[in-house]
Amino acid sequence: MDHISPTIWQFLVKWMTNFALYPPEASKIAPQMDALYFFMVLVSLIGLTIVVLLVTAFSILYSKKRHPVAVQIEGSTLLEATWTIIPLGLFLVMFVWGALIYFRVFTPPANAMNIYVVGKQWMWKAEHPGGQHEINALHIPTGRAIQVTLISQDVFHSFSVPAFRVKREAIPGRYTTVWFEATTPGTYHLFCTQYCGTNHSQMMGDIVVMTQEDYRKWLANSTSGMSLAQNGERLFASLSCAACHNTRPDARGPNLAGVYGAKLPLASGGTVIADDAYLREAILNPSQHITQGYAPIMPTYQGQISEEGVISLIEYIKNLDSDYRIQQTLNTTDMLPESEGKAPSAATPAASKGTVKP
Amino acid sequence: MSDTIVSLPDPSTARIPKDNFITRENGLLSWLLTGDHKRIAILYLISITFFFFIGGALAGLIRLELLTPQSDLMATDTYNKVFTMHGIIMIFFFLVPSVPATLGNFLIPMMIGAKDLALPKVNLLSWYLYMTGGILAIVTMATGGVDTGWTFTTPLSTHYVNTNVLTTGLAVFIAGFSSILTGLNFIVTIHKMRAPGMTWFRLPLFIWAHYAASILMVLATPVVAIAIVLVALERTIGIGVFDPTKGGDPLLFQHLFWFYSHPAVYIMILPGMGVISEVISTFSRKRVFGYTAVAFSSVAIAVFGFFVWAHHMFIMGISNYAVLVFSLLTMLVAVPSAIKIFNWTFTLYKGSITFETPMLYAFGFMGLFTIGGMTGVFLGSSGTDIHLTETYFIVAHFHFVMVGGMLMAFLAGIHFWWPKITGRMYPEKVSQLAAVVTFIGFNFTFFPQFILGTLGMPRRIASYPPEFQVLNVFSTAGATILGVGYLLPVLYLIWSLKYGAIAGNNPWQATGLEWQTQSPPLTENFVVPPVMDHEAYDYEWLASQQQAEKEAEVSHDG
Repeated sequence: MDHISPTIWQFLVKWMTNFALYPPEASKIAPQMDALYFFMVLVSLIGLTIVVLLVTAFSILYSKKRHPVAVQIEGSTLLEATWTIIPLGLFLVMFVWGALIYFRVFTPPANAMNIYVVGKQWMWKAEHPGGQHEINALHIPTGRAIQVTLISQDVFHSFSVPAFRVKREAIPGRYTTVWFEATTPGTYHLFCTQYCGTNHSQMMGDIVVMTQEDYRKWLANSTSGMSLAQNGERLFASLSCAACHNTRPDARGPNLAGVYGAKLPLASGGTVIADDAYLREAILNPSQHITQGYAPIMPTYQGQISEEGVISLIEYIKNLDSDYRIQQTLNTTDMLPESEGKAPSAATPAASKGTVKP
Repeated sequence: MSDTIVSLPDPSTARIPKDNFITRENGLLSWLLTGDHKRIAILYLISITFFFFIGGALAGLIRLELLTPQSDLMATDTYNKVFTMHGIIMIFFFLVPSVPATLGNFLIPMMIGAKDLALPKVNLLSWYLYMTGGILAIVTMATGGVDTGWTFTTPLSTHYVNTNVLTTGLAVFIAGFSSILTGLNFIVTIHKMRAPGMTWFRLPLFIWAHYAASILMVLATPVVAIAIVLVALERTIGIGVFDPTKGGDPLLFQHLFWFYSHPAVYIMILPGMGVISEVISTFSRKRVFGYTAVAFSSVAIAVFGFFVWAHHMFIMGISNYAVLVFSLLTMLVAVPSAIKIFNWTFTLYKGSITFETPMLYAFGFMGLFTIGGMTGVFLGSSGTDIHLTETYFIVAHFHFVMVGGMLMAFLAGIHFWWPKITGRMYPEKVSQLAAVVTFIGFNFTFFPQFILGTLGMPRRIASYPPEFQVLNVFSTAGATILGVGYLLPVLYLIWSLKYGAIAGNNPWQATGLEWQTQSPPLTENFVVPPVMDHEAYDYEWLASQQQAEKEAEVSHDG
């Protein structure tokens, strides 16, 4: 192969070794999505072949040379009905099949382990419940349902993991979620697929999928010493939230223990489920979200607290005596070795007792 | 020659008619102040060609940057401005006006047997609005550009970029009015100016397609104008409609933007479909198969086209049930397009087919539009959309529809009506070559992008992981071929203005009223206002007409 220039040769070698028509399937949903994808490819190929064959055949059979005089035909209701109904039927199959997958991708199972990911110009910041922080990387174990709760601190970003076949927009001011269950250990691309300004091209990272054992080791080695909830507790104190949100009978704000997941009556009428989105809004834009029986005196924390701070506060509130705490503690800390595993969950409720619990 | 239908007058005696719309008046002012729809069409043709080549040069820069995985040709900010301006110029200043403002302007009055559009001065005004918007866009580009992407997504466009968002928005806003006025003019003209006997179901399908597109222009464009105004107010005085920190909703902008920009896709493609109907009928000497179905499928596309916009937002956290509804409606809008493709295919059946350049472009359209349409279904199905949206799959999909579909149709139409517009033929062999080069170049450029998108390569990036390089090299190489394919017509069409064979009234033996008058036409189009006494695409009527003319000539000579 001496006569081929080395550059081109290397290029070809690189191509042959890397060539792929679709990305690796590294999540549970990926093969399901690919099944629909290849069904559509097949239908498209058949459709295209029919059109190309007919056009070619007619062009040969009815070229002016062979067929000098055209036969005028008005149309054919039967034929036209055929090519209306068959495509319609196929499209409806694709619609239903696609919708089933869509609902699967965006309906997380109840026991999913939640990781927060904040998008900002131009990086992904992952916040694990145990306090591990990562930038442009996300370590996860195989065989566990992982829910990613996304929010953007500035513009729209989009959290895209082609190997998992999932993608979700990170939106300013609103939580969105997506879940997946990784199947194959390895390192996969994490892209931002929504154009987000100057360095959009560099907003890429790695999803590192590890076996459960490796993941345990990783968790133990990357702990920052403070869980999200502990950090939230610190913020709760430094922002003087407890001045009102306490258990005294004359408290000016509601007691937050057990609030997460509860149904709250609003001052404006109606009720609301206190989920992540509600808590975030109630911190940043409190006057719109007053619960019954309290005066609208809480100041806004808009601009005083980062999205990561809000997430920590929400994690802290979740940890105040609700079923959710038990659920998530079970989900995340059973991954840790015995000694470290106890640390975050044990510390939080104990500390919270001093501030808001009776 | 049995393999062509071209019938030209005897070259030794043929002359371009002395009095026609080009020679009637002279001087620059006679063009700049004209009310003649044909002259305005030519003004548009020159200006959109100019914008097309600017947009094309920007596309060339994008493909050059993507030749290597690193961001090395230009700074990322520059790259962002380049793809933004490529999108803005190609969409607002080329694709939206392309067929309607040139061929539509020239042909709608002639096809329905009228002297001009209903509102000639409004027609001229719309060209001036278009030019104002276009020049403003170019000035903006020269004085710093804009880097929001052509979609102006908030809050990026309102709070996070320091580039010329306001002036670019103003340019699009002004050009939008040009589009509204053109659509309005077409609707009024088609309703009020049809020749006696020209009933709705005798109209050429070109007219039906333009009518449907005009409705979209008039009803959808104001919404994008509103969205741009809101962006401007948010940037200047901070009204906060799209600002979550003030209780606004950043996603609302995308609802408003796509409420226009999805129908805009049909504004772009419907007139192209009209061209294809005319071309396929003429070169297979047959009435379009299932005329009524093709006519109504244009209307169906326009109507359904209004209710699919949220399929651009399936992963943006809109309600799952909204996703269901918009996914279903998107599937429905695919059906009329499929109907059209099959009806065109069966128009060929038992025809008498020849393969002049417009027909080659029309075949190219059918193949590429089928791929573009089918891949649209991949994106309309909510499940696969999750994986494919915002990647190069989207880029490939809409380039198959817009470039493979619309641009092919535009070139088919330009070649088809070139003899009518200029009175001269283009050189057949070289233009057939150009059609083939364009087709090959197009597929090399955009087909690899489907694979890139499936692999997950995000759109709008200047640098990418190295394993994507080979397919990007293919794409860039293809773009080079495509560039040649686009330059060729400019050269030989200009050449033909002086050296092309004299075309005569009806070189293609086509049935439309526009072919039954001299080329180039008179300013008032017809010597005697025509009366329509036959169906559209009635080749038997044409044959009897020509027979009668011949007999008249013979008896005259005798």
